Amino acid sequence: MTTAGIYDLLRELPFFSNLGESALRFIAGCGQNVHFAADEYIFRENQPADAFHIVRAGHVALEIASPDRGSLMVQTVGEGEVLGVSWLFPPYRWQFDAHALEPTRAISFDATCLRAKCDEDPALGYELMQRLAETMSRRLRSARIRMLDLYSHAGTS
Amino acid sequence: MVPSRYRVTSRHRETPDTITLALEPVEGEALSFEPGQFDMLYVFGVGEVPISFSGARDGQIEHTVRSVGAVSRAISAARPGDVLGVRGPFGTGWGVEGAEGADIVVAGGGIGLAPLRPVIQRIIERRDRYGRVSILVGARSPELLLFREDLAGWRSRFDMDVSITVDTAGVDWRGNVGLITELVAETGLGPTTVAFICGPEIMMRFVASALLDRGVEPGHVRLSMERNMKCAIGHCGHCQFGATFVCKDGPVYSYDRIAPLLAIREV
Repeated sequence: MTTAGIYDLLRELPFFSNLGESALRFIAGCGQNVHFAADEYIFRENQPADAFHIVRAGHVALEIASPDRGSLMVQTVGEGEVLGVSWLFPPYRWQFDAHALEPTRAISFDATCLRAKCDEDPALGYELMQRLAETMSRRLRSARIRMLDLYSHAGTS
Repeated sequence: MVPSRYRVTSRHRETPDTITLALEPVEGEALSFEPGQFDMLYVFGVGEVPISFSGARDGQIEHTVRSVGAVSRAISAARPGDVLGVRGPFGTGWGVEGAEGADIVVAGGGIGLAPLRPVIQRIIERRDRYGRVSILVGARSPELLLFREDLAGWRSRFDMDVSITVDTAGVDWRGNVGLITELVAETGLGPTTVAFICGPEIMMRFVASALLDRGVEPGHVRLSMERNMKCAIGHCGHCQFGATFVCKDGPVYSYDRIAPLLAIREV
């Protein structure tokens, strides 16, 4: 798909809402349209985090392998959501497995390309970091609340 | 105040610690109730606890009980043919009829889905009177989901959306893993949406907040509160919640009425 085609897809994604045309075109240069089959692993824990995905359609599980319990799902990511943030920070390695639960379409951004563009245009980098930080904050809150195991503690009679 | 005798007609295990009992009166007709109300279930010689209605069918009432203490364990141990004492119905209902014409969101977490089941049953009975219906369900894990047959039936309908999320799951799970509030973002909402929420209080606060962020009116959000209820008629004071008693002024409250109380730690 051409950069112009990726640009059109990015305009439809809530993650990029209200981002200026020039910034979107700049980012689109790092993106490509990708497709994953059901049950395909998009990335694996500890592999190089060389891409950043936004799911356009489908459903992806973030999993972690436990020697005694098998693979455990810690989060699912659906339409319009960010898949993977490990590309942002050294050592740039994935911390979970990403498992497509159904046929999944996504925009995949080359991490090196995107980091270089953020370095080149700090205003754009700040804007993207704000959006990614909001996602990370929301997921951190979700993880913290789930750690409370709320559903196990109801009633005493 | 005197319990009526009800006979257990069936016992269905929902999860390892939760069962649903169907009860019929030993004499006379089963009491009628509004979704959201509760009974005091009495195990003779053991004690009495408040339990919400989780359904009704064929002249029987249903209660879903989780074993968390001496009385609920004794109720859970009841078998078909056993007799329990029943006082009720008590408390406020969800006001399902008052929501006719509106889009509906039903959000239940853990055992909190039980008091919402009659809401869903009532809406299905009169489906043409409601707009879009979204059912959001949260549980600790897939194995701990209540009413699995009902969930499958509701999901098979084309006139309501059912979204389920769990805190954690094995790889054979094909649903969502995450917080129930994350399902709100995927739900069609509008200013006329009416929401019914039941579950742990922290969960209800977060779900209510997510709904308000998306434009739902505070007065259209209803929560079912849980406090230590004893007499069920507002005399003993055990269930005081601010200036109200949960047993008679609740358990179902409008969010705009109790939002200030939810922020006070001691209440």
